Amino acid sequence: MSQADVLPIRPGRPNPLWRLSLFRNETVTVFRRWRTLALLGVLAAVPVLVGIAVKLETGRGGGDGGGGGPAFINQVTNNGLFLVFTSLAVTLPFFLPMAVGVVAGDSVAGEASAGTLRYLLVAPAGRTRLLLAKYASTLVFCLAATLVVAVSALTVGALLFPLGDVTLISGTTVSFGDGLLRALAIAGLVAASLTGLAALGLFVSTLTDSGIAAMATTVGLLITVQILDQFPQLHAVQPYLFPHYWQSFADLLRDPVWGEQLLRNLGLQALYVAVFGSAAWARFTTRDVTA
Amino acid sequence: MDEPVIETHALTKRYGRGRPAVDGLGLVVPRGSVFGFLGPNGSGKTTTIRMLMGLIEPTSGVARVLGEPMPRAGQRVLPRVGALIEGPALYGFLSGRDNLVRLDSADPAADPRTRAARVGEALDRVGLANAAAKKARAYSLGMKQRLGLAAALLQPRELLVLDEPTNGLDPQGMREIRTLVRDLAAGGTTVFLSSHLLDEIEQVCTHVAVMSRGRLLTQGTVAGLASSVRGRLSVTTPDTAEAVRVLKEHGVNDLVVTDDRVTGELPAGELADLNAALVRADVRVRAFGAQRASLEDAFVALTGEGFDVAG
Repeated sequence: MSQADVLPIRPGRPNPLWRLSLFRNETVTVFRRWRTLALLGVLAAVPVLVGIAVKLETGRGGGDGGGGGPAFINQVTNNGLFLVFTSLAVTLPFFLPMAVGVVAGDSVAGEASAGTLRYLLVAPAGRTRLLLAKYASTLVFCLAATLVVAVSALTVGALLFPLGDVTLISGTTVSFGDGLLRALAIAGLVAASLTGLAALGLFVSTLTDSGIAAMATTVGLLITVQILDQFPQLHAVQPYLFPHYWQSFADLLRDPVWGEQLLRNLGLQALYVAVFGSAAWARFTTRDVTA
Repeated sequence: MDEPVIETHALTKRYGRGRPAVDGLGLVVPRGSVFGFLGPNGSGKTTTIRMLMGLIEPTSGVARVLGEPMPRAGQRVLPRVGALIEGPALYGFLSGRDNLVRLDSADPAADPRTRAARVGEALDRVGLANAAAKKARAYSLGMKQRLGLAAALLQPRELLVLDEPTNGLDPQGMREIRTLVRDLAAGGTTVFLSSHLLDEIEQVCTHVAVMSRGRLLTQGTVAGLASSVRGRLSVTTPDTAEAVRVLKEHGVNDLVVTDDRVTGELPAGELADLNAALVRADVRVRAFGAQRASLEDAFVALTGEGFDVAG
């Protein structure tokens, strides 16, 4: 009650750094959702399954393995570090982007359907600031999800297989430390590959008041685009599909590194971020919040 | 006089082609008032509040809050405004305390160093201190409503906008909210309180505006509005039929009998003579007098219909 008696005093000017509170809180809130933890749990389980499958296969004396299966899987028995590359190659087409699609799709629409959006806006979060905080925390999730796969794979790889010098695709051998650095760079690259989809999901999320609908639409778009990327007849448009260069991260395992596809991937992601980020901003800053 | 805390001119919101949800609203909320915003469900109260808070863009017209145009000046105005809009909305997976921390983090004018203390104080104030660590999912409707109120009290505010604040509360909770509103008003906060409950407005508000079908019917002080409607003559008697006859003879119109009570338009002459006439005609009078007009009478007089009819 004593607080109200001294109205309307507001000591000093707000510190510009206080504006970062929302981003911090948003990021923490994303990771406190049960759903986020479940997604990360699934992602952590993939390397475990792949690692055990490879181990069982070699245990039966399967030998050369016949060359099928995901990228790098034949090297895993010789060097556990390759489980990191295999796991990222396995999760990048669907598991990772699906998780990102869920988080990005729900970001604004989920708040709208819960009604909390209006309270954030009258707080006042500011529409541009809220959108930036939502996107930034989604990017943090992209990185976290990728690292969960990488760390889980590295752990399983170290437990089940020997570690050692890394033989690159180009045939040269680098030290384990160098290999580990390349693995880290690849994880960063995979996370960056997801930024375009994250922007697309954020845009979808500003279109509806239903979190479920936004999540389903984003994941649906992902699956559609991944399928379109497989049709040779569509090869004229495929360079503009956001997943088209995703598997280019393998080029980091060459000596010298092949940069062209990597840069195309990053450029394409930047284009998607710019286009769908602007669209999300244009939509969200002008829409009526009636939920 | 001070500049009004809320002022609108011809404020209109139209969804699609139908009748506007809010039509040409000209509202003036004086500083320091407890302003009741009254109207049946669907009369445009919440739409008006959404426009005042910058959540939706008016189709036409102007809204000024704390002297600045909304929604343009929202970032400057809203930190000085606490709001409860259309019921509470919470993060069920967060505790009550963390819900408030989140909303406080969203306010760029909120000092993170005092956040924990202010959150604690707000929880205390609405009586939720003991349930602060509980997940909001497990809160009852009344507790959710209290938490929503606590969010509006995270900072000292110049204006509190409370949309149906006693919805879902038990009588004890309602009383507590009314006490809280009076305390806040005594501290200098202007309170803008929407409600569809007449007696709630009558009990706490100094001013009132009445909405119906998107239009403002009237606004002014509660006392002024009630006195603008003439009271009624009320006679309590077991001999209602005889009383009606006598009153009619003496020129009292619009006579209504309910159980042992006869009411009618207040006549111009001396009431005591009327009473004497009743007694002379052997009407056994238990009670006799002029009944003060209630806000409900005023509302019925304004709309020509019962209060519970939705627009």
